[in-house]
Amino acid sequence: MLFGKPSLLASFVVWTASVAALAQGPAYHLGRTPTPEEIQALDISIGPEGKELPPGSGTAREGAKLYAERCAPCHGPTGAEMAVYHRPLVGGKGSLTTVQPVKTIGNYWAFATTIWDYIRRAMPLDKPGSLRVDDVYALTAFLLYRNEIVREDDVLNATNLPQIQMPGRKLFFPAEPDWKPGYRQLYFSPQPERRERRR
Amino acid sequence: MHSQQSGRRRFLKSGAALAGWAVGAVRSVSGQAPAGSEPPAALAGSEASSRDYGVRSGFETSGRLTHIQAWVANVGPPVAPALRTPLQDSVGIITPAPLHYVVDHGSPTPGIDPRQHSLLIHGLVDRPLLFTLDELKRLPAVSRIHFLACAGNSYLPLEQRQNAKTVQETHGWTSCSEWTGVPLSLLLQEVGVQKGGTWIQAEGAEIRKLASSIPMAKALDDVLVAYGQNGEAIRPEQGYPLRLIVPGFEGIRNVKWLRRIKVVDRPYMMKYEGTIYTNLRPDGTARWFQLELETNSVITSPSGEQRLPGPGFHEITGLAWSGGGAIRRVEVSTDGGRTWKDAQLQAPVLAKAHTRFRFPWNWDGKEAVLQSRSTNEWGEVQPTKAALERMWGVTPDYWLTTTNRIQHFNAIQPWKVTSDGRVHNVIWET
Repeated sequence: MLFGKPSLLASFVVWTASVAALAQGPAYHLGRTPTPEEIQALDISIGPEGKELPPGSGTAREGAKLYAERCAPCHGPTGAEMAVYHRPLVGGKGSLTTVQPVKTIGNYWAFATTIWDYIRRAMPLDKPGSLRVDDVYALTAFLLYRNEIVREDDVLNATNLPQIQMPGRKLFFPAEPDWKPGYRQLYFSPQPERRERRR
Repeated sequence: MHSQQSGRRRFLKSGAALAGWAVGAVRSVSGQAPAGSEPPAALAGSEASSRDYGVRSGFETSGRLTHIQAWVANVGPPVAPALRTPLQDSVGIITPAPLHYVVDHGSPTPGIDPRQHSLLIHGLVDRPLLFTLDELKRLPAVSRIHFLACAGNSYLPLEQRQNAKTVQETHGWTSCSEWTGVPLSLLLQEVGVQKGGTWIQAEGAEIRKLASSIPMAKALDDVLVAYGQNGEAIRPEQGYPLRLIVPGFEGIRNVKWLRRIKVVDRPYMMKYEGTIYTNLRPDGTARWFQLELETNSVITSPSGEQRLPGPGFHEITGLAWSGGGAIRRVEVSTDGGRTWKDAQLQAPVLAKAHTRFRFPWNWDGKEAVLQSRSTNEWGEVQPTKAALERMWGVTPDYWLTTTNRIQHFNAIQPWKVTSDGRVHNVIWET
């Protein structure tokens, strides 16, 4: 007999059942599997490594014309204006340690990928999603050029955009954000601090 | 009918002058008939006809727009004004949904058909899944009471400082609701998070499709995918039909109109989390991902621009909250911070929820400065403005000159009562 005692078989059944309960499997089987096309249509996330950047390219020279048409009405002719939203895109050099800091792409944004992501995600506000991929590269290049981070004829693409060193990157800490239960962050602590209960 | 209308007109007339006054003061002047006179007329107009979905009394005028309209400096393409909760009128811990604060970052409220809405969970997962709203509602649900607060609450930038008069203006970007939904940990179990899935990115369906990064440890801890607010569907301006509730974290992380969650291997550094919701410090360095809101509190009555009718008994009451857990203690000072006494905490005292405190006070008619100071379950104490200045390495002049937008400001809020009973915000005068 393969299983000598019924009790052994019973304990095996109990063991396999508990393993199944502990496994990371679905418990409710609701929701359906999306098609790759459905995911692609929604997945507009661009992370700092730029893995998700689509093929395409653009220069600041190309971006200047687009900027004038699509962006300047709100952001001002050069991007350095306070304009409609009171937040210039360009300039602010040397201002961050003064009492009137002007936070811009040039002095405060840590990743060039964030510009690309946000333009495609949300801009222009009257018609987000209406820009072609090459337009987004060109506008990103224009804003980086106006902030003296790239040259006017530099061709930005999926490979070199994530490699751009942004001046704002070194300002922020912790260098790698983190959060764990039982830790907290303060204005001036370089890393999250472990909490201790105090009476 | 006629007496009802004239009563209301009389109230509205005096209402302009009374706006912001103590609830008690309003009651005493609003023309309540003395006992024994004719009974009140039956409800008329919209109040009477709204039996299927009730409306409040026409005599109640508390609203989010009071004192706020003048601040909507932004003009141009669609920019929704940010709305503040009238905390001076709140009497418990729950904020009525129509009075909940709104910060939409300029996106108009989308009108989403729930039958057309779904939630995609994908990325570093074994089984990407697309959930309809009906499917989410079939899953085991929980209801929890939590506050939300904008990281910019309780600090008014210099250009708005002239409006820092009432508690609605200073602290009105916090509200508290009962939220109902599915624990995100359950949904993440359904899709199976892969090794290396250390963060999630949550995204809304509004025009800007704002997205926010949240650490996986938090996502598995107490985050909800909520469809209910205070016993009904979430209001459109709060994210209908789905909103992420990230208890204790800054408001921007509580993604409204939630349509997608992507499991990723690092924070994805979206625009708002990398720029506006950071703290630039005077030395030119900056703190980002200061996710959790600090222990905070404010006296809501008596508070700025209210007027005490005279000496005698007044209950001092207010709200305390902490993103780090439950409020353990609230102390009140009526002498400008020289002495402090424990206020009574009103049950229930819940983690990451507004906690109502009450403190009996007999006003002697002399000038007084009223303040509250909260301590959370970890023993972390709400700082004075002076303590924050030491932490920031700045002098009091800093707040009076800088145009820097400060986030996570949680200094003790002082209200000065002058001998005529008027109440003023004096935080920037000390």
